[in-house]
Amino acid sequence: MDTLNNVQSIRYFIPELILVVFAAGVIIFDLIGRQEGSRRAAHLSLVGLAVTLIAVLLVGAADRSLFLGMIQLDSFAVFFKVIILITTAVTILFSMGSEELDPRTRGEYYALLLAVTLGMFLMASSTHLLMIYLSIETVSLASYILAGFLTHSPRSSEAAFKYIIYGAVASGTMLFGISLIFGLTGTGDVMQVSNVLAELFSSGGGDYQLAVLVSIIFVLAGVGYKIASVPFHMWSPDVYEGAPIPITAFLSVASKSAGFALFIRLFYLGFRSANVVESVDWPLLLAVVAALTMTVGNLAALPQQNVKRLLAYSSIAHGGYLLMGGVLLTAEGVQAILIYLIIYLFMNLGAFFVVILIAEQVGSETIDGYRGLITRAPLVAVSMGIFLFSLTGIPPLSGFFGKWLLFKAVLTKEFYWLAIIGLLNSVVSLYYYVRIVKAMILDTSDEPNPVSFSIGSRVLLLVFAVPTLLLGIVCWTPMYELSKASLGKILG
Amino acid sequence: MFLSLMIFVPLVGMVVVLLLPRDQEELAKKVTLGFTLIPLLLAVILFIQYDRSVSDLQFEFDTIWIKAFDIHYHIGINGISVTLLLLTALLGPICVLASWRNIEKGVKAYLALFLLLETGMIGFFCAQDLFLFYVFFEVTLLPMYFLIGIWGGPRREYAAIKFFLYTLFGGVLMLIAIIAVYIKGGTFDIPKLIALASQEGHPLADRTFQIWAFLGFFIGFAVKVPIFPFHTWLPDAHVEAPTAISVILAGILLKMGTYGLVLINFAMLPKGMDLFCNGEGRWGSAFAILGFVNIVYGSLCALAQKDFKKLVAYSSIAHMGFVILGLAARNESGMNGAILQMFNHGVISAMLFLLVGVVYDRAHHREIGGFGGLGSQMPIYTGITIVAFFASLGLPGLSGFWGEALSLLGAYSIFPKLTILSTIGIVVGAAYFLWTLQRVFLGQLNPKYADMPEINRREIVTLVPLGILTIVLGIWPSFAIDMFNEAVKGLIAPLG
Repeated sequence: MDTLNNVQSIRYFIPELILVVFAAGVIIFDLIGRQEGSRRAAHLSLVGLAVTLIAVLLVGAADRSLFLGMIQLDSFAVFFKVIILITTAVTILFSMGSEELDPRTRGEYYALLLAVTLGMFLMASSTHLLMIYLSIETVSLASYILAGFLTHSPRSSEAAFKYIIYGAVASGTMLFGISLIFGLTGTGDVMQVSNVLAELFSSGGGDYQLAVLVSIIFVLAGVGYKIASVPFHMWSPDVYEGAPIPITAFLSVASKSAGFALFIRLFYLGFRSANVVESVDWPLLLAVVAALTMTVGNLAALPQQNVKRLLAYSSIAHGGYLLMGGVLLTAEGVQAILIYLIIYLFMNLGAFFVVILIAEQVGSETIDGYRGLITRAPLVAVSMGIFLFSLTGIPPLSGFFGKWLLFKAVLTKEFYWLAIIGLLNSVVSLYYYVRIVKAMILDTSDEPNPVSFSIGSRVLLLVFAVPTLLLGIVCWTPMYELSKASLGKILG
Repeated sequence: MFLSLMIFVPLVGMVVVLLLPRDQEELAKKVTLGFTLIPLLLAVILFIQYDRSVSDLQFEFDTIWIKAFDIHYHIGINGISVTLLLLTALLGPICVLASWRNIEKGVKAYLALFLLLETGMIGFFCAQDLFLFYVFFEVTLLPMYFLIGIWGGPRREYAAIKFFLYTLFGGVLMLIAIIAVYIKGGTFDIPKLIALASQEGHPLADRTFQIWAFLGFFIGFAVKVPIFPFHTWLPDAHVEAPTAISVILAGILLKMGTYGLVLINFAMLPKGMDLFCNGEGRWGSAFAILGFVNIVYGSLCALAQKDFKKLVAYSSIAHMGFVILGLAARNESGMNGAILQMFNHGVISAMLFLLVGVVYDRAHHREIGGFGGLGSQMPIYTGITIVAFFASLGLPGLSGFWGEALSLLGAYSIFPKLTILSTIGIVVGAAYFLWTLQRVFLGQLNPKYADMPEINRREIVTLVPLGILTIVLGIWPSFAIDMFNEAVKGLIAPLG
């Protein structure tokens, strides 16, 4: 593997640079010719994302270490970059139609979105502890502002405030863990950390066990915060509920994906040799976290009346399912995570899109607002049904196929109890997802008037609903090959 | 390809129905009827073409579906599945006819969901790949949820979600067992897995593994059958479901449970089966005891019901108990009895639910005590009801007798005490049917129903084929037994 110096690295860093240019460009462009109701900033951001996507694909997975080992350009990073780009683009499309956002501040809003995207790019590719910390901070700082972007809404401010406090604690803890690791190993490079740790333990480094354990758990706090795993999940329901809905959708997919990219890189590359720590059973620890995360998420979702909040808890639960794939540190598990993320992207963004549409056309975020939707807006109701049943994991919808892979990864290593907890959780989750379906399809509405949606909304809805319906049935082999190729050198 | 056609014709029908203009309800019904008649026609061809002298899979088709995990689209039928396939295909058009007049809202959606349900059921009985099998098993859940939840009675939402949660709960435990079997066996192909499971030394043949996998599958199927104590969803679902859906529920969906027990638990996990059925040791009678409990408990509950439909629902639980008892025997007459009972119960319970539907459509209640003397008012209806009642209570000469008699006969050689106790169920069964007959049809005509119209032609068309079947099979049971006798012999051959 080549390690390139700063100058040589630039040409492989073009996608990120394009994002920077467009983020700055959007602000300037918006300031120069600001007009009421103009969507130019959004359009420009979309162009920026498209150019970035092309650049990402053109630069490709050169499998090089850039900036003297700070970040890694490999197929794994490319996979996540594409997922993040798609999510950001979708978020911008959601935001364009959104009425809750103040049109006067749109320029900053889109610039910040591009900045978060940049941070997530770095999260997906960092291989140095310092870089990891910086990338998390980049994402977090911009996300705080985006979560509080509804300046007229106290809930939005509350969300941003909670987000900052939790985020500061988590990243502080993580930084402390990083400093401990640096102190123990004398290096920040994730690969070298792994080697040094292995050496340390092979030469009877029993004295360091506790220190390594503590520092890894501290680092896990930072990662756990990003993927909203128990016990670092507390922020997410409040933030998801208070933030503008497009941002909620964005956080629940892109932020989670980037968090998983980081998690996989850290644990599969950096701390793999920490398995040597005899007194700690890593898979067990992660399995317990996964089981708790999905159970807490699902149980908390049960009584929710606000659909946004319900989906927030559901996405915590999905973090738990995803974590199952990471438990065993196997290639099969990572592959399952990658495939599940593709499917999750469609079904979760789709569900949030329906929340946006209903919030705007019906004016309600509660389940009652969905009553009788099947007669008022059949396409939306049927699509939402598809998303929700797919999130539950009912075959033949694609969510089932994704979950199947995760459970298979767990069962291959004979973690029966985790699989049973996971599957029973699916049954629990059915109950709250079906409450929405029941309201939409089984109940009748007091207001019989049909709700109309623009052509664009309908097309976008189908863009999510059709893959959710068919991805598992017809596209499995390509997804499998893609995820396999994306593993790259991560698992050697 | 023949079977694929049968599986996917209803799915095509669903798309066609959905594409029809909204106000063309009559046309949609006719189209649906047409798309359910095609599988019936194909089933008749199957019935003629099926080679009864071998136990192997026939009409096999195998192609790769998901390459990465070696998941195949493998379908094929043996004597047992072809029997249930015939039943499914037969009940399809009958249910469409039964829904003709009493579905008022959302006719198109109802028909589309019904066709989807039919695809799921036919596919389930054809699947020879565990993954495919599971997918079809679960595909029936969604349409059923909506069919009960939208078009059901007053407590439909409760009944629908209860059905959904129970079945999904069983389903996920089954899924764990499926994945575990796949990991041990390296394939999803059911015939291959069956062969591997009897190969000494193969991880699949490990006794402990088989017992755990058996439990996983068993709970999945037990919820569906339903076996006590997983049965509580059934009375609710039946009472709330519209008539045609009750017919499908009792006629086909319950059979999915027992069919799964035969295909997976019996054939693929013989060592697990052995533990619960060999009549020895602490667990040796467990399976048979469950059958016994179903029979006696179901009958006693039926006896206590005031609601006509609930009575039929509980009698279903009792009759499925005979299937379990027959399976527990693991000998030729027990197995033949069990499978015959599956078919007969499908026909008879379908008749019973249709008959309940007929009076409900007219009187808008199902209180058994609220009628009286209908025999003089509706003689044809009463006549058909008597055939169904007597078939269900096991009168010799009608089909119900043979399934129960053979099951009991088979079980007697292994579980003599339980078998004798189980006959209580038959006595109680006679009691509740005759008592109902007396309360509803005999005595003074309730003046409220003095102008109750007689059963109409459409309703007769739905009932007569089933009635003829019960009589024909009552006189000539080998007409059905010949279909699956070889398959049964093939199943019990490894047991020696």
